[in-house]
Amino acid sequence: MSVPVVEVADLHVSFGPVAAVRGVSLAVHPGECVALVGESGSGKSVTARTLLGLTGEQAEVSATRLRIEGLDASGFSERQWRSVRGRRIGFVLQDALVSLDSLRPVGKEIAETLRLHRAVPRDAVRGRVLELLTEVGVPEPERRARQYPHELSGGLRQRALIASAIACHPRLLIADEPTTALDVTVQAQILRLLGERKRAGTALLLISHDLAVVAELADRILVMKDGVVVESGPAQRVLREPEHPYTRGLLAAIPTAAAKGARLSDPAAPPLRRAPAGEVVIEARDLARSFRGHRAVDGVSFELRAGETLGIVGESGSGKTTTARLVLGLLAPDRGSVAIDGQPWAGLTPRRRRELRRHIQVVYQDPLSSFDPRFTVRRILAEALDVGGRPRGEAVRLLEQVGLDAGVLDRRPLRLSGGQRQRVAIARALAPRPRVIVCDEPVSALDVSIQAQVLDLLAELQAELGVAYLFISHHLGVVQHVSDRVLVMKDGRVVESGDVHQVLTAPTAAYTRELLAAVPQLDTTASLVRRAS
Amino acid sequence: MTKRILTRLGTSVLVLWGAVTVSFTALHLTPGNVVDVLIGSSIVTPEVRAQIIADYGLDRPLPVQYATYLGRVLRGDLGQSYQLHESVATAIGTQLGPSLQLAGATLLVTVVVSTTLALLTARRRRWIRGLSSGLELVGVSIPTFWAAILLLTVFSFQLGWFPAVGADGWSGLVLPVIATSIPITTMLTQLMRESLELTLEEPFVLTARSRGMSDLGVRLRHALRHALVPAVTLLGWVVGLLVGSMVAVEQIFSRQGIGQLTLAAVTGKDLPVVMGVVLVTAVLYVVVNIVIDLLYLVIDPRLRSAA
Repeated sequence: MSVPVVEVADLHVSFGPVAAVRGVSLAVHPGECVALVGESGSGKSVTARTLLGLTGEQAEVSATRLRIEGLDASGFSERQWRSVRGRRIGFVLQDALVSLDSLRPVGKEIAETLRLHRAVPRDAVRGRVLELLTEVGVPEPERRARQYPHELSGGLRQRALIASAIACHPRLLIADEPTTALDVTVQAQILRLLGERKRAGTALLLISHDLAVVAELADRILVMKDGVVVESGPAQRVLREPEHPYTRGLLAAIPTAAAKGARLSDPAAPPLRRAPAGEVVIEARDLARSFRGHRAVDGVSFELRAGETLGIVGESGSGKTTTARLVLGLLAPDRGSVAIDGQPWAGLTPRRRRELRRHIQVVYQDPLSSFDPRFTVRRILAEALDVGGRPRGEAVRLLEQVGLDAGVLDRRPLRLSGGQRQRVAIARALAPRPRVIVCDEPVSALDVSIQAQVLDLLAELQAELGVAYLFISHHLGVVQHVSDRVLVMKDGRVVESGDVHQVLTAPTAAYTRELLAAVPQLDTTASLVRRAS
Repeated sequence: MTKRILTRLGTSVLVLWGAVTVSFTALHLTPGNVVDVLIGSSIVTPEVRAQIIADYGLDRPLPVQYATYLGRVLRGDLGQSYQLHESVATAIGTQLGPSLQLAGATLLVTVVVSTTLALLTARRRRWIRGLSSGLELVGVSIPTFWAAILLLTVFSFQLGWFPAVGADGWSGLVLPVIATSIPITTMLTQLMRESLELTLEEPFVLTARSRGMSDLGVRLRHALRHALVPAVTLLGWVVGLLVGSMVAVEQIFSRQGIGQLTLAAVTGKDLPVVMGVVLVTAVLYVVVNIVIDLLYLVIDPRLRSAA
């Protein structure tokens, strides 16, 4: 067998008293893709950074073996590490909007790798940058190289970031959550691009919290939990016959149609009984809204009944969030109307609007930015209870409803985990006893396992309280799992709507089919790479 | 873009017009006869009095007086100082040079020193940062006039390294520049270090390191530019502070300059000069703020496309 590009044995990394990585061993061979899968805090990113010598000054690193292309790296000086970074090992982070310098054109960022390692003569740098952009599938490279990250779409940005990582033809490419924050179709394109690098002989270390994402590319999978590899083996074996309960839990947590009605975080529990849909709580008719001549929403109509979930699915810029804001009465439509409980927003006095707002609450993707960071949980909930005219003492009951105990009452949002924060956000939304909750990408920022718990919670609350959800997501699996009916949106219009099972198993619109094809599949052997090309 | 620049210039003109109107109002709200106010504490012949009344149109209705005044300011005629026996424009013109020299040198020293200090101390070991922020606290707390007197006592009177009086040559500039720049430099250093530390936490910094860039390279090529945005904002405020410190520093070091001129004019009730200084300061502010707005566009490309 060939010499592995990197090889670590019994790696330990600790930050002061915290042991982030405990005894991890892995090797990546040329042309092979190894996936490290685990939740945030499992030590997967720290492991990857050790391979670049980028764990930081506070970290204590020890390993019985740390080899990069056969060289012993355990005693590398900073200078030696710098010659490895970018030249022997390329590194791609998630979300190029913040992983590329926002004040520099992307072309300069790509050129930086070339210049640092003097990979090509000075006068050839520009030409090589354009070649690289073409190689990663960026059209009009001349124009794009001069643009700044914020001027590029999410997909093009991520491609530019990859171009800067592969500029010096590194033997190993480490991709840390490379597709998180991207739409499904874009995610499929980026995975395809990584697949091409792999076929060209580059070794790939793919890091993700989502088994479904790595399933298409990985040859071997290592599942990490609390700094330890709990399971490892060939990808097909790990995905089909997981041995460790934790791996099984991760697989079960992936929302699919098959899991509908069942609890994702506890598949053994009995499925929920759901009340039949009640009276109409939201009626939206022919909504349209433009921003500076751009039609963000155009002719959207739907109705939502009590106890029911309507999913809205679409990619960034499809008008999902604008629709939500119209429904919430935060934005006035140019045309059409929205009625909550039969009461239209239009023509209400500010006072009446505030009263009506109680009936429709919202949960956002990132609760951290929708909480006042100086408020404690107690105060966050007290404010929401006041709105509903309920005594503040009910905060504890609300927390119980969302599966938290009174211990978090005096904590501030920053001191809560992502899952806890989202639970508090749900508790806050429930406080005024609303008829509808608008969920705008409520689980998109969460790891798969936490996502499963939050989705279960939403389903339980619906069964218990009969609240209706308007559920917005770009993630088809999530929408399919939670919704009764679905609207598929593209460029501000509804391209397809109806029963969720019907729409997502037998789509009539070409766009829906395209979206479905882009979703990473676990249960088919047909590779995404093959399907897309 | 052009439209935005035109709007910006338009509002600047409005600010200046406001300053002219305020000085005109101040002149008329000062207790006593307007002619006496303009003359201040000096004694003039009846012919001069008549001349003043004619120049300011004081025998005509108020709106006409206002229009006359506005017209004269527009032509660059800031009036006559009856105490200095020269035109206000000349008086300010001769004093502006030394003051600009002092202000320019201070600004240069401030920016260079605080950028260097911030780059060297951001996210370093605890004791380096502790030492630096301790010194900064001291620097911010020292009043300029006290620092000036201290410097003068030690380096001029005792050691004799620098001249105690006068503004000739570079050696006369050293102590005044140090005295003026101490509080500004320390404040700017704190601000820049803080924003550098925030920037160095950003994912793009990790990306740059993962390309093989050195720590210094990351700081200079990537982080510094991000830290400049708040620093530039502070600069506008710094210029205002400079005008104020100028009064004390020029007095202590017996330098010529706008600060001395203003002080003398205020104590001698030389209102035409005071009004002239107000207008010149307003112009300075407007120019500095336009420069700052342009600097934003140079530093941050996202602001360019926002137009």
